[in-house]
Amino acid sequence: EREREGEREREREREEREREGEGEGERGEREREGERGRERERERERGREGEREREREREGEGERGREREGEREREREREREGERERGREGERERGREREGEKERGREKERGREREGEREREREIERERERERESEESEVRPESLSPEELEMLKEAVYERKKLVQGLRGKPWPMKEKLVTLRESQEFVEKYEGALGKGKGRKIYAYKVMMSKKWMKFQRDFENFKTACIPWEMKIKEIESHFGSSVASYFIFLRWMYGINMILFCLTFGLVMVPEALMGRPYGTIPRKTVPRAEAASAMDFAVLWDFGGYAQYSVLFYGYYNNQRAIGWLKFRMPLSYFLVGVGTVAYSYMVVIRTMARNANESGVGDDNSFNFSWKMFTSWDYLIGNPETADNKFASITTSFKEAILEEQESCKDDNIHLTRFLRVLANFLVLCCLAGSGYLIYFVVRRSQKFALEGLETHTWWERNEVNMVMSLLGMFCPMLFDVISALENYHPRVALQWQLGRIFALFLGNLYTFIIALMDEINLKREEEKIIKFNITMWEASLYNATGSENSTALPVTFHPADVPRGPCWETMVGQEFVRLIISDTMTTYITLLIGDFLRAVLVRFLNYCWCWDLEAGFPSYSEFDVSGNVLGLIFNQGMIWMGAFYAPCLPALNVLRLHVSMYLQCWAVMCCNVPQERVFKASGSNNFYMAMLLVILFLSTLPAIYTIVTIPPSFDCGPFSGKKRMFDVIQETLESDFPAWFSKVFSYASNPGLVLPFILLMVLAIYYLQSTSKSYKEANVDLKKKLQTVPETRLSFFSHLAPLLLLLCAFGYTGIKFAV
Amino acid sequence: MGTTASQLGKDLLSEYQELTFLTKQEILLAHKRFTELLTKDEKDLPNTRVPAERILTLPELKSNPFRKRICHVFSTSEQKDGSLTFEDFLDLLSAFSDSATLEIKSHYAFRIFDFDDDGTLDCGDLEKLVNCLTGETDETRLTTEEMRQLINNILEESDIDKDGTVNLSEFQHVISRSPDFVSSFKIVL
Repeated sequence: EREREGEREREREREEREREGEGEGERGEREREGERGRERERERERGREGEREREREREGEGERGREREGEREREREREREGERERGREGERERGREREGEKERGREKERGREREGEREREREIERERERERESEESEVRPESLSPEELEMLKEAVYERKKLVQGLRGKPWPMKEKLVTLRESQEFVEKYEGALGKGKGRKIYAYKVMMSKKWMKFQRDFENFKTACIPWEMKIKEIESHFGSSVASYFIFLRWMYGINMILFCLTFGLVMVPEALMGRPYGTIPRKTVPRAEAASAMDFAVLWDFGGYAQYSVLFYGYYNNQRAIGWLKFRMPLSYFLVGVGTVAYSYMVVIRTMARNANESGVGDDNSFNFSWKMFTSWDYLIGNPETADNKFASITTSFKEAILEEQESCKDDNIHLTRFLRVLANFLVLCCLAGSGYLIYFVVRRSQKFALEGLETHTWWERNEVNMVMSLLGMFCPMLFDVISALENYHPRVALQWQLGRIFALFLGNLYTFIIALMDEINLKREEEKIIKFNITMWEASLYNATGSENSTALPVTFHPADVPRGPCWETMVGQEFVRLIISDTMTTYITLLIGDFLRAVLVRFLNYCWCWDLEAGFPSYSEFDVSGNVLGLIFNQGMIWMGAFYAPCLPALNVLRLHVSMYLQCWAVMCCNVPQERVFKASGSNNFYMAMLLVILFLSTLPAIYTIVTIPPSFDCGPFSGKKRMFDVIQETLESDFPAWFSKVFSYASNPGLVLPFILLMVLAIYYLQSTSKSYKEANVDLKKKLQTVPETRLSFFSHLAPLLLLLCAFGYTGIKFAV
Repeated sequence: MGTTASQLGKDLLSEYQELTFLTKQEILLAHKRFTELLTKDEKDLPNTRVPAERILTLPELKSNPFRKRICHVFSTSEQKDGSLTFEDFLDLLSAFSDSATLEIKSHYAFRIFDFDDDGTLDCGDLEKLVNCLTGETDETRLTTEEMRQLINNILEESDIDKDGTVNLSEFQHVISRSPDFVSSFKIVL
């Protein structure tokens, strides 16, 4: 059928060529004859064409020729379909357009058959002659009816679409240039003509604006790519180490971008307004260093610990005043604080999910394992490698992976001594669980001890005892993964599976540590709240004593003057939480950098210089240079971000700190990688797609916002510090804003919307929608499998049709399935 | 048509931007690197063709096992000697650029892997492909037995219509499912 279509197509071409040869007048006549006459001629031609087709086939164009024709057919089909929809009235216009397109089609055909450039130039000249002829007999645009104008506009529009799609066509540049220039000429000629009809001013204006818009878009894209930082650094790393190591740095850069946005939000909407428009330092009790601490408030040790002046500044929650509107702008500070907190979380969710969606779309269904060998063959070479040493490593790793895959395939039935392996694996998992439990208990113990120390007064203890918690957490994070590595030697898994287990265990370790830390923190919060009640009582006593001292003369209210530094202060638990997180982040950063310097740099220096006087070859043997641990570093980055998300509500300075930290990390690690690391010998990614790390990030985001949300919703804020002081719950600020700042009907609508009677059916509806989407995706999957089976059982004679069309159908189904699966 | 000695015309530059996936800076950088490959007298001629040996000295291509095939596929010369003009070079960079679509990458990947240029990947092509990937030395090559096993496995996975060869649609079907292809099929100057 398709061949017949192709024949019909070629007949029409010959027809056009004939028509031209006969001249203008006869062309009009021929058109007036009508379709039937053309059909009769086509039948006559078909015979001749069939012969010519068979000849060409016999020449042996091969599959590729047919495929290219198929592509061309599809293109022409598309163009033809657009034309067929229009009526017969604009046929003269269509005729001229079709000529141009068919000429180009014929040109492309001949180009592919490689008859040579001379032919093409001859064609171009011939076409130019024909265009000149057509120009002479050009129809005045005013004499065209509106429908013809419309059709002309559509033709121009289609031509523009063709130009836009040109860069995705696998033609040589010369052909693309020719097509581009001709299309542009056509568009200019007819756009100019169109512009003379009715509504020409608006049309011309639209055309000019769309041209300017496209130019602006292109310039903006160029500008955006020029703005991306560290591009050259990453490219150098890519060429030396391959794309898996570079993917860590690309991830780091992406995180940097997110933290930049979070920093702008917190800095611009929370820290700056309070600093500029709020009451200055020293005016109210919460903004002043208490008298007792004032002596040591400027010490470096205290500042490094984020006490003293650092504590009583915009960096922490406790500084903010609970005044509803500040400054001449009437900036709603408490509302802004709350909304920024919610907004950072919402923005992070949006960005992570959007990136996951984009990755899922681009890479198809990543968890399909049915193409192992083909993928190893076709996609394992990393074209970014530009360094011969890396290339050699890559060759070796590819060979190893081939050999291993072949062995696995052969040995998949062999199953020696499964009981021993199973026992060993159970033992290994038990050991790992013991490790995790041990580390959790250690952290809990250390946190309780530090509480005890705090009660006794921090100055009486050594530096280690003061920073115990953070050091213990960082050290655990460094040594436990090595322990897991050793234990996993018992398990005897395939390296990729072993890597996944390893990552899972490290994930569990970090998570466990973090949550133990939070639980310990909760205990401290409760302690502080108990303390608060006592302080409140003390304050009433103190105020009473003040009044007594100065108010013995008058019984009416007196202006009691006291210095803000003297007021007894409540233990602001929110600031305490913020401080803990900041200290944790700082010690984590320090540990990472020191490990980097000692573990990588010092080791490399030792191996390099001791090698001259050592008995065995240090470079090839035991220590040798270290490899860059991609997955470990990515996990570290993800957990670091989790801590930021957890603490950002109580310490608005955290995103700023993180931006600084990531900036320094980028330069330090780039230098360390290029200087001290060697390319990996075996490249095993944890999972093929980037989505694995994105999924972990999403889980961490969810898990780290849970504690913050819990504290916001259940614990009442401190009575004398922070923007929510004096309220019963922190989110009461929303209620207050709704009542006072919005018109009355708004709060009524809101109260209706939050009615359980409305929310429950909505949730039910969403559950039903999810169920529906799930079942649709299942049915697409089954259709996919069916089509595949059909493709394999189809007899050989019909193969040429299927082999082109059905994989397309399969691809379409696969994309549909992916889309639905993702939406679910 | 064609590039003048040291400068790209503005019109030509915007046309190239329209027709490739490269940004303006990338095209200018490509032009600079390309003119570095030309000898003094070649610099004055428009539309010079650089022979394959000189193209293969570029560091991005030097270590690539498919470098000769890449030059051959993108070359539009009549003698099929792999020489590239500047426009061929731009085509190469555009197909290997970051923003190129999956379709165009898989199309060119297919042509690169098709060592005998017959439009399908048969056993001979696959064997040459494996030998390219496993390096030049003898100790890294696969034995005949392993090679046979490997090719059987590949054909079993990818050859849907069971004709013993992998054609373009089957290849594109396999590649479209791969999560690494787009990120590894990249060359950046």
